[in-house]
Amino acid sequence: MKKLSFSTVMLWLGLIFLYAPMFILIFYSFNASKLVTVWGGFSAKWYVELFKDQQILDAVWTSLEIAFLSASMAVVLGTMAAFVMTRFRRSWAKLSLSNMITAPLVMPEVITGLSLLLLFVHMADLIGWPAERGRLTIWLAHSTFCAAYVAVVVSSRLRELDMSIEEAAMDLGATPLKTFFLITVPMIAPALTAGWLLSFSLSLDDLVIASFASGPGATTLPMVVFSSVRLGVSPKINALATLIILAVSLIAFLSWYFARRAEKRAKAAME
Amino acid sequence: MSKRKKGFRFAIRGRHFTLGFPFLWLTLFFALPFAIVLKISFSTAAIAIPPYEPTFTYADQLLNVALNLGNYLLLLDDALYYTAYLGSLKIAVVSTLGCLLLGYPMAYAIARAPVKMQTVLLLLIMLPSWTSFLIRVYAWMGLLADTGLINNVLLWLGAIDEPLKILNTNIAVYIGIVYAYLPFMVLPLYANLVKMDMSLLEAAADLGSRSINTFWNITLPLSKGGVIAGSMLVFIPSVGEFVIPELLGGPDSLMIGKVLWQEFFNNRDWPVASALAIVMLGLLIIPITLFHHYQARDLEKEA
Repeated sequence: MKKLSFSTVMLWLGLIFLYAPMFILIFYSFNASKLVTVWGGFSAKWYVELFKDQQILDAVWTSLEIAFLSASMAVVLGTMAAFVMTRFRRSWAKLSLSNMITAPLVMPEVITGLSLLLLFVHMADLIGWPAERGRLTIWLAHSTFCAAYVAVVVSSRLRELDMSIEEAAMDLGATPLKTFFLITVPMIAPALTAGWLLSFSLSLDDLVIASFASGPGATTLPMVVFSSVRLGVSPKINALATLIILAVSLIAFLSWYFARRAEKRAKAAME
Repeated sequence: MSKRKKGFRFAIRGRHFTLGFPFLWLTLFFALPFAIVLKISFSTAAIAIPPYEPTFTYADQLLNVALNLGNYLLLLDDALYYTAYLGSLKIAVVSTLGCLLLGYPMAYAIARAPVKMQTVLLLLIMLPSWTSFLIRVYAWMGLLADTGLINNVLLWLGAIDEPLKILNTNIAVYIGIVYAYLPFMVLPLYANLVKMDMSLLEAAADLGSRSINTFWNITLPLSKGGVIAGSMLVFIPSVGEFVIPELLGGPDSLMIGKVLWQEFFNNRDWPVASALAIVMLGLLIIPITLFHHYQARDLEKEA
């Protein structure tokens, strides 16, 4: 047998460190006891309680709706930006666009959130729009920061794409728009799907930016979870957390799967 | 021929739209907001809606610009704020080191694993970072509490006589940040280590270098780009972290993101919150530029 090296041991310890808290949380969500830390037998009653909580159900719906719309807008914005970043000649506009699109990746969330809120307040002051902060303003905020992730995923795919097929289509008389939708889009479709799913889960998960961009009109799921978690650990939240972990893992896995399929296809096309 | 000409004309317009639309969107929703934060940071707080005095007023052909430096002077004057800045920097530095110490061997092990295993291991590292951040921080609350699982196990083992106080201390914040940001350290390190030219290491071994020596003199210096990229990806967001100190930290774990949130939502002092954001951005400019610099160099190498 191969001797276990120091780095392999650390890898396994690291993976345990990453996964143990989530598995323990899932385990305790089936705890019958009201006290989170005392094991009182197996029960699914907190899941039943969860589905009776109208506030949580409303928040789930709001979050899903915003995540769906934000992910769709982010794909449009991010793909256009990725196209500019990979296919356009160097210019000041291209340079400032690529700087602006990648900036949200590293910006602390409190700063992004604060600045967007101040923008909305100013706009409401100057032009009377948006009259109220809610779904629309969260959508604007989420589309902007998710577009950054889409741009990264899509531009790495565009960079590896064989341009001769697009050129051939143009030579045969297809307009650039037609070439884009008939040739380019099918070739980058897995990257678009991966970007959409990634944006969807990012939007679903965001607390800080949504709290700033939202008004009394809309409460997203992370906002509800955060306000109840602040008061301490509760078995109902454990059940909710378990469902969130499972749902988001599924989305994440799908987005990974699509990204990987794109890679495999690209490799097969090159060989 | 006419069809091509039409296509060409469209291409010009299409190109402008492809560049123009995201450009306008980002200028409006990303660049302009920062200008507004800068403006508000020079304003005076007031009991009004919105709660600050205008910076620019125009009346009788007279443009009045009232720049209030008070918010910035307050940041210097009040010990609370620079304690928060120092606290944030300290927590971010310690957590980044923690991520590096744990993440480097992990990335190294993945880069040396069989190629088929590498994708599986990478997925295992990435998956948690895509699951809800808030929920994963919340999971630690139950583990670290006085009556939590870790204390119960330690008591049961007889290792301690009374529960350790971990939750609501800085230790809990360190654990939380290392846990939440570990994948952001491992991924760039892996990307760097996997590209390394193995013949250099073989040459060193052939010349009789011991493995620890080879590591210090060859592997570590060659992975400098990955170390910097990973460290910046952990350091920058943890300086502004709000959720982790709020849920896991105590009253003494003051972090600037938490203070900004409180100034804004609890005290409703928008100008001071803006000034806090501007100074935070100022502190982060060096690490952000450093990150971009190494990122750009990596891309050039690939091209």
